[in-house]
Amino acid sequence: MANLNDHMGRPIVAVTGIGVVTSLGVGKADNWAALTSGKSGIHPITRFPVDHLNTRISGMVDFLPSSSQGSSHLTYELAETAAREAVAEAGLESADFGGPLFLASPPVELDWADRFSLYNSDKQDAGAERLLRVARALKELDIFETTQFGSIADRLADRFGTRGLPITLSTACASGATAIQLGVEAIRRGECDKALSIGADGSATAEALIRFSLLSALSTHNDIPEKASKPFSKDRDGFVLAEGSGALVLESLEAALARGATILGIMRGCGEKADDFHRTRSKPDGSPAIAAVRAALADAGLGEDEIDYVNAHGTSTPENDKMEHLSLSTVFGERIGSMPISSNKSMIGHTLSAAGAVEAAFSLMTMRESVIPPTINYDNPDPAIVLDVVPNKKRNAEVGTVLSNSFGFGGQNTCLVMAREPV
Amino acid sequence: MSSPRDVVITGIGLVSSLGEGPDAHWQKLAQPGLQPVLEAARFAPYTIHPLPEIDWNLQIAKRGDQRQMETWQRLGTYSAGLALDDAGIKGNDELCATMDMVVAAGGGERDEAVDAAILAASESRNDRDVLLNEKLTTELRPTLFLAQLSNLLAGNISIVHKVTGSSRTFMGEEGAGVAAVETAAARIRSGQSTHVLVGGAFQTEHSDMLLGYELAGYLHRGAWKPVWQRQGAEGGGVVTGSGGAFLVLEQREHAESRGRKIYAELGHIVSGRARRRLGELDAEIASLLSQAASPDGELLAISGASGAHAATAAEKATFDAHPAIAARAFSTLTGHMKEAQFPFAVALAALAVDRKAAYPAFDATVEKPFVGVPRSVLATAIGYHQFEGMGLVKAA
Repeated sequence: MANLNDHMGRPIVAVTGIGVVTSLGVGKADNWAALTSGKSGIHPITRFPVDHLNTRISGMVDFLPSSSQGSSHLTYELAETAAREAVAEAGLESADFGGPLFLASPPVELDWADRFSLYNSDKQDAGAERLLRVARALKELDIFETTQFGSIADRLADRFGTRGLPITLSTACASGATAIQLGVEAIRRGECDKALSIGADGSATAEALIRFSLLSALSTHNDIPEKASKPFSKDRDGFVLAEGSGALVLESLEAALARGATILGIMRGCGEKADDFHRTRSKPDGSPAIAAVRAALADAGLGEDEIDYVNAHGTSTPENDKMEHLSLSTVFGERIGSMPISSNKSMIGHTLSAAGAVEAAFSLMTMRESVIPPTINYDNPDPAIVLDVVPNKKRNAEVGTVLSNSFGFGGQNTCLVMAREPV
Repeated sequence: MSSPRDVVITGIGLVSSLGEGPDAHWQKLAQPGLQPVLEAARFAPYTIHPLPEIDWNLQIAKRGDQRQMETWQRLGTYSAGLALDDAGIKGNDELCATMDMVVAAGGGERDEAVDAAILAASESRNDRDVLLNEKLTTELRPTLFLAQLSNLLAGNISIVHKVTGSSRTFMGEEGAGVAAVETAAARIRSGQSTHVLVGGAFQTEHSDMLLGYELAGYLHRGAWKPVWQRQGAEGGGVVTGSGGAFLVLEQREHAESRGRKIYAELGHIVSGRARRRLGELDAEIASLLSQAASPDGELLAISGASGAHAATAAEKATFDAHPAIAARAFSTLTGHMKEAQFPFAVALAALAVDRKAAYPAFDATVEKPFVGVPRSVLATAIGYHQFEGMGLVKAA
């Protein structure tokens, strides 16, 4: 008889379904094959013209029917596709999920394509006045729904038959991890015995790219796109904007075992800590990220020496990778030099609101497959960052526990600890 | 029976066209026949309830911080500061560092001038995507992005007020406000949190914020009317207002141990997602009401009704079916504040419980009088388009 409660007497939370979409493809099989062969999904931008842009590469998902239909439609399709895979793997009814939905998705705005088409539908008056006048005469809700922050989750709730008011959230680049954390917490509080947590981001528009560019956050290594994302390298120069989605079916271990579900992994712990230093930069001593890692370990009931592998946030920005190294080396001490730590973003770029969920999916697969995906493009190590980044080639290894980091603008720091086995 | 893990309200931060702070709101709202503050010209044909004059320095000491935000984030950060002050938490490093935070947020303000210039140029250009790159790369202010990001209201609250236990931002109009309060309360009840800052803000004085309603024709046009009287009038029934509402929710034991004044206890929050296209809204509202309160006794209901025709009619029908419910739709006097709507309703409910008095009717032709002391008060937010929630606020 398995122990069904954790070290704090709370229900243990199992993962029974995983789904993922990135620029490497749809589904776990294609993604895992590409990821473990060190293949990059970063490619030249073709969705919109790149005139005047300093960054002309990305990890956009260009192969879905909604890829050219605007952020809202693509984000929905990404979320739906990943969730469909996860729910099917869990063996649950695809239209009657019966638990709550937690969706990490990008903030929405009226797409420029719609702005242009509304504005140019007549010539009376100008500016906002014209947009408002044209808007109120619209007969269809399609454009309206792309501007409502709750609409994607509402559609997903219809599609999967999730229970209650769906929660849509943003903690910037930590959003995907927060969606999982909310699901874990709801199960631990006994509010439900299963939850659907999704991170999805299809918002790589020209304006999004320009906004990040203006903050000097993006790589401008355009010439060889697949080499642009190089976490922990000396010549890293920013992240690569990307799209994707990850979905997890979370269940209390008790409920999962009772229905004979396959346990794919365990969500052992979640930790977070907000940073009050600056809107885009971390406190120089790394204390909030350190506190988030420690909170996740404490929540998981694991010591520093019980983490086998770190799935890094590893964005490839000068700032993140330096600060992530500082916080990990503070927590793990000397052991840090010999712990495998790799960044999926070296291959898929930064999937923003989806990243925490996508990387949790890959962390769970790392444990199940006993293969650690590499950090590619590690040709010029940063001498100030001494880490075993699993350079360039996958590694076969028994991995029983993973720490996955997510850090975001606005002082967001969220860490997840996952395990292969319940105890 | 009270329990040490009850959720109690120990801080209220409010801003609306009526003023700022719980006392100012109570004094105004307790006046029978209070007239709303309206601005009918600036966004004609839409009327809005504008922000009052605010001295941002009172809650956002550094000019540098103020410059990093647009009005929406300033308003939220300011309202949050009022709530923290009210709860005696502001400036207490230890309490702030262990305080959790759930913010209900939409997005921040775009640069209207840049957008208007791009739209104007689009009339004579076919290469609109190139035009976009050309203008946005040269004319956008780099840090404006941070003033637009949904989670940066919470980020600014962390920076300005040092609330750093945890920081989560929920999105999704009124439903985000409901879920934020619901989640914060659940955390306290389960022992995950001892004190949580929860709330939101809405800045309506920007064309995009109106557009977010008007793409579905939700805004009321023509002469202003109270919320319950907009059916059949020109437009969709919603009159918006700028405002913010933050609450400090606290475990009873935690609040008592530091000797704080308790406004009220927060009962369970109930929420739902009626499939309105299938006609489920009426039944959903009735079901939420029966879960949240005992609707057959005398009950004061602080309603977040938006004025949107279908949702408001459904809420009114439910109240009409329970003769002992006296509803007070505060949007008549403040306008609809989207994500802040439910936290605002809870705050007004807590004030009535604390002051042991009901508000007079905000619309005496429709709302019934309430005689006596309200021991428990209902707060509602039925989304103008989707999502519903209610909660009961009780004497502490």
